[in-house]
Amino acid sequence: MFWNSFSVDPEKMERYLDIAQSSLQPLLEGAVVYTLPLSLISFILGLALAVLTALARISTVKPFQWIARFYVSAIRGTPLLVQLFILFYGLGSVGIVIDPFPAAVIGFSLNVGAYASEVIRAAILSIPKGQWEAAHMIGMSYSQTLKRVILPQATRVSIPPLSNTFISLVKDTSLASLILVTEMFRRAQEIAATNYEVLLLYTEVAIIYWIICFFLSLIQGRLEHRFDRYVSR
Amino acid sequence: MISINGLHKQFGDLEVLKGIDLQINKGEVIVVIGPSGSGKTTLLRCLNILEVPTSGSITIDDQTADFSKSLPKRSIDLFRKKSAMVFQHYNLFPHMTAIQNVMEGPVIVKKLSKAEARKKAEQLLIKVGLGDKLDFYPHQLSGGQQQRVGIARALALEPKVMLFDEPTSALDPELVGEVLQVMKDLAGEGITMVVVTHEMRFANDVADEVIFMDQGKIIERSKPVDMFTNPKEERTKQFLNLLQ
Repeated sequence: MFWNSFSVDPEKMERYLDIAQSSLQPLLEGAVVYTLPLSLISFILGLALAVLTALARISTVKPFQWIARFYVSAIRGTPLLVQLFILFYGLGSVGIVIDPFPAAVIGFSLNVGAYASEVIRAAILSIPKGQWEAAHMIGMSYSQTLKRVILPQATRVSIPPLSNTFISLVKDTSLASLILVTEMFRRAQEIAATNYEVLLLYTEVAIIYWIICFFLSLIQGRLEHRFDRYVSR
Repeated sequence: MISINGLHKQFGDLEVLKGIDLQINKGEVIVVIGPSGSGKTTLLRCLNILEVPTSGSITIDDQTADFSKSLPKRSIDLFRKKSAMVFQHYNLFPHMTAIQNVMEGPVIVKKLSKAEARKKAEQLLIKVGLGDKLDFYPHQLSGGQQQRVGIARALALEPKVMLFDEPTSALDPELVGEVLQVMKDLAGEGITMVVVTHEMRFANDVADEVIFMDQGKIIERSKPVDMFTNPKEERTKQFLNLLQ
């Protein structure tokens, strides 16, 4: 019977639980030591880059606009995995050797910078012109206006889309396994290579990613709530 | 106090101000009326350089801005300090409470200590009747209350001239009175005011002089009594008739 293939052999079951349990520690270690730091550092650097890029895009200085457009176009127009390979294997082949982890940080930061810059640009443009005028009226400079008036309001608008970017990033860091960063997914591959329980290990790692992202969504909700205090609902 | 000479403003092909000459004395309350598109709001915005005039010059107090030359940022800043604007749509900072809105200019631009700025802001908000709303966010206030915060924010800059750009046009009718009352009180204190408004009652009661603008020009300037009962120009008559 077809059903029989699903019947649980107690011995097999025990073996599964055993592997799931013993692999948990190295997987979580990969998450804590590589996946999460890689995500966090890349996101912070990427955000800084994104703000600069967004400001360059909306600036009236043409060369700034061109540089920003070129950067965003190049990053969005090429696969992330290819970018990582260029940074690690490509540059390495011509003598510019970057360690796996920093290479991954550079790759992911550049990626976040390009995608998030569009989010931030839209958020800045969504702030009414009257806010700029009021700030100029009370005598604020361009940078004071940005820091005190525009960006605080733009932040609120960008929380949902930037949370998207961050959650995508956490999962994208699995690509770093291909440039030898021993992050969570690479650990899973390594363990699976020794015991051939491929389905089990990849499902386990998927669930861990899911749990991490679930908590990130909770944090997003709290942030949104915090920033909503000055908006009427 | 204010001297405007040969002021022109052009948006592309559209000439919005076609040579404005105007002298305003210290302590005068000037109300500017006119149909929409007459350039009255643009004129007001030029006084705070929210629009940069195409040519001409403006002097406020001891600062002169000559727009036929390109102005260095430094002199724009100095010139702007002479006036403060109250906007039609208030333009309060929504992420700051009422008192933070009023303190922002003194603290960030004038580098006043927070404690000092707070004390002053509190006095100003009490003055506009909002002593009990200091820590409210703009969205928790009515339109009239928001506009009074806007007036306090402008006063906190200690300008030589207060500019009002249709300050009651966005308000529900029952809220207009409270804002006009605050403006009336200010006029009584001898602050120089330039007010763009459609409130003819206010113009009649408070203005020292009324200016009628049309198509980028000043058509007529006179005492409110004369303007409203006996306008000299045909265009003014037409406009005032339309309002009745």
